[in-house]
Amino acid sequence: MMKWHGAIGAAAAAVLTISPAAAQRGADGEVKILYWQAPSILNPYLSSGVKDVEASSVVLEPLASYDEKGDMVARLAVEVPTLANGGMAADLKSITWKLKPGITWSDGTPLTAEDVVFTAEYCMAPGGGCSKLSAFTDVEKVEAADPLTVKISFKSAKPFPYGPFVGGESAILQKAQFKDCLGAKAAQCTKENFAPIGTGPFKVAEFRANDSIRYVANDKYRDPAKPAFASIYMKGGGDPASAARAVLETGEFDYAWNTQVEPEILERMAKAGKGEVITAFGNYLERMHLNFTNSRPEAGDKRSVYGDGSNPHPVLKDPAMRRALALAIDRQLLVDTGYGASGRVTCNIVPAPEVYTSTAVDWCKTPDIEKANKILDEAGWKKGSDGIRVKDGVRASLLYQTSTNSVRQATQALIKQMWGDIGVATELRNIAGSVFFGADPSSPDTSQKFFADIEMFAWTYVGTDPETNLGGSTCKEIPEPKTNWLGTNFSRYCNPAYDKLAAELAQTADLAARAALVKKMNDMLVEDGVMIPLIYRGRISAISNKLAGHRHNAWDVELWNVADWTRKK
Amino acid sequence: MLRYTLRRLLLAIPTLLVISFVIFALLDLAPNDPTANLPTTIPPEVREQIRLSLGLGEPFLIRYLKWLYQFFVNEPLNLLQSAFGIEIGDASERLRLRSWTTRSPIVDLIVERAPQTLTVVGLGYLTGILIALPIGIISAYRKYSWFDQIGTLVSMIGFSVPTFFTGLLLIIIFSVNLNWLPSIYDTSLRVTDWGSFTAQLKQMAMPVAVLGLYNAAQISRFMRASMLENFGQDYVRTARAKGMSEHVVIFVHVLRNSLIPVVTVIALGVPQVFGGAIITEQIFRINGLGELLISGIQSADIPLVQTLTFIFAVLIVTFNLIADILYGILDPRIRYE
Repeated sequence: MMKWHGAIGAAAAAVLTISPAAAQRGADGEVKILYWQAPSILNPYLSSGVKDVEASSVVLEPLASYDEKGDMVARLAVEVPTLANGGMAADLKSITWKLKPGITWSDGTPLTAEDVVFTAEYCMAPGGGCSKLSAFTDVEKVEAADPLTVKISFKSAKPFPYGPFVGGESAILQKAQFKDCLGAKAAQCTKENFAPIGTGPFKVAEFRANDSIRYVANDKYRDPAKPAFASIYMKGGGDPASAARAVLETGEFDYAWNTQVEPEILERMAKAGKGEVITAFGNYLERMHLNFTNSRPEAGDKRSVYGDGSNPHPVLKDPAMRRALALAIDRQLLVDTGYGASGRVTCNIVPAPEVYTSTAVDWCKTPDIEKANKILDEAGWKKGSDGIRVKDGVRASLLYQTSTNSVRQATQALIKQMWGDIGVATELRNIAGSVFFGADPSSPDTSQKFFADIEMFAWTYVGTDPETNLGGSTCKEIPEPKTNWLGTNFSRYCNPAYDKLAAELAQTADLAARAALVKKMNDMLVEDGVMIPLIYRGRISAISNKLAGHRHNAWDVELWNVADWTRKK
Repeated sequence: MLRYTLRRLLLAIPTLLVISFVIFALLDLAPNDPTANLPTTIPPEVREQIRLSLGLGEPFLIRYLKWLYQFFVNEPLNLLQSAFGIEIGDASERLRLRSWTTRSPIVDLIVERAPQTLTVVGLGYLTGILIALPIGIISAYRKYSWFDQIGTLVSMIGFSVPTFFTGLLLIIIFSVNLNWLPSIYDTSLRVTDWGSFTAQLKQMAMPVAVLGLYNAAQISRFMRASMLENFGQDYVRTARAKGMSEHVVIFVHVLRNSLIPVVTVIALGVPQVFGGAIITEQIFRINGLGELLISGIQSADIPLVQTLTFIFAVLIVTFNLIADILYGILDPRIRYE
């Protein structure tokens, strides 16, 4: 055993003596990353969860990424095309990307515009089940003007044309490798999906589905000094708490993704001094939806169906009730008990970036039980003998559902108590995530069907532009039986004035004008009580003290700058 | 005996068909959705497209028959092909059973994961048996002695303390505080030299200990009870009266007879080894068959869960048959004609 230690000492000394020459590819050995949801596939377009996109981002790269501030940075492209630099057409209907010259795939062949064109073709091929398809819905055609120039034309004006090929979810695939994997054949290409050839800093050495991945440095990577690590070992499985433990307490791993557990558990683990918990804020929002349609079983076939709008919710149709519910919630308490440093109080549906955040609805930041009670009194909600309010024979009793998750259940319990203080009874319900977030039209328990009065979950969207996010609350997005319950307007809110603003936003390119519209729409949703924003949530991960160069990013994949990671000496 | 075995084998076919149908129907009726884990950035229309691309648009019966065909025709043909290196029919057009999350053939996933499950869970089972038999024998021979009392206590603990507790306890003691053993199992470790062999032993130590304790607790109770039953029999008194040594009485007479029911219990437990210890695999991130099953359930990977549970069902039916036949071989009083 002594001999062994001696050998390690000698090896360490050897490493130390070379270190001054650092900035050398592969000089820092292996970095160990833990994803408690194990990656299943390395093709981001066939992913079944964020973890797959994260794991593929080490190998595959998009034209541009979002950095930790939410700004776009060019990766395979020379620059991000804008109106100012002429990359975007004046009519907003096309955009031209220029690729950096000299980039090669890890097999040594050059990256060309054909690969980009192919990637679009791959995702849009019918029957392929591409998860990024929505980014391509308005795309008319993608064409290669020359080997380094790609032109994307849209069917309508696109003030924010950065859906395709921006961010880790929309990385470029190699045409030569995937050309036989189009459409229904996509799923048959196991070899390709498990080891895509990329332009990124690493390439796949061994992929064990739902278990572990070993990557080695890509010797053809464009920056000869990077990556500093010779290999990555990415392990999957387990649960968030034990993932945090492996970094913070035992020090077996360098980085653990998404360690969302109760703050006091993380604090205790961090005391071991081997690493720290880091948080980054993007546009992740824990919010509540209020059902505008009658969700009670007695509504029969019309349960939670908007139809012609003549099916209002018996309790929540009253704006005073919606306002009182929002006022009664002490958001700071929810943050302190469930989120700690990874949550902030917010009153906005669009929580970031700053240019889009409204301050007009900040009234909700300070809970006011007295005022909420007064509003309800004035609206004619009288307290019955059991302390629960009644109006026109309707009892203020609500069914409040969310997904099964210990933090969410604690939040539910606290809110039930807060609403009890204003004479509103709450029945709590939690549903397994795989059912609640699923969209099985035959299941009565999905978030879309919304057979409850209130539901709560977290929402996010790609990039910094909130157009699609706000567009989700327009009339045509209401989930209904005739649309197979598809749609993102969970609250079943239908307001022509709001739809008009959404249409205007889709035609506006000027940033200041867009910001003004976004704020107006945001305020409308909050004032009308369509949703109750609760907590602006951060991405929380655990990182070892021995790892340097990581820039924690909530706007793109967390491994976006893995090429810059180094070992602290 | 042969006729009996054949009859049982024939009977197994309809049994398994019914089981496969029940599993398929249960999974299909469950409201899980394979697109539920996708981020909210993906709109419902795209999710619908993904579901259709997975074949969910087809009616239930068609999907079930397809699965049956793939399981009983395509996959065995593929196994034959890879075993003998020959090509039967048009192999490229043959649809294989694929997982929805990895999009890869399920059989390949099982082959990749079987080694770690069989080594860790199998070793845990073996350790359990090796500990349990002597404890059971001594406990029965020295009934109510201090050894028996301690044995009873330990097996009660093994029985009643769940593996997720013992596993976590061991991790906190040996990984967090003492820093002796890794808390995460490295499935990509290849044993090539002494160093990697000790690394393998180290990473197996805790999960094997957890499973060993759990299995030993159960089997030692069976062993003890069976021994006690036989100690009271007339033939034991006869053997002792003939002047045989205690050694011969215990090991030749009592033990052999007592082992008959215990062997059955052990044989019936073997399918559980293949099924993996779901909780233990999860705690130590062994990522074997048990973990495959649970992650499949969580991500609503219906073909994967269906195939795995059906394979477990086949194993259970097979080992039931083996246990019955073993019983007949070990106990001459039992004849199946």
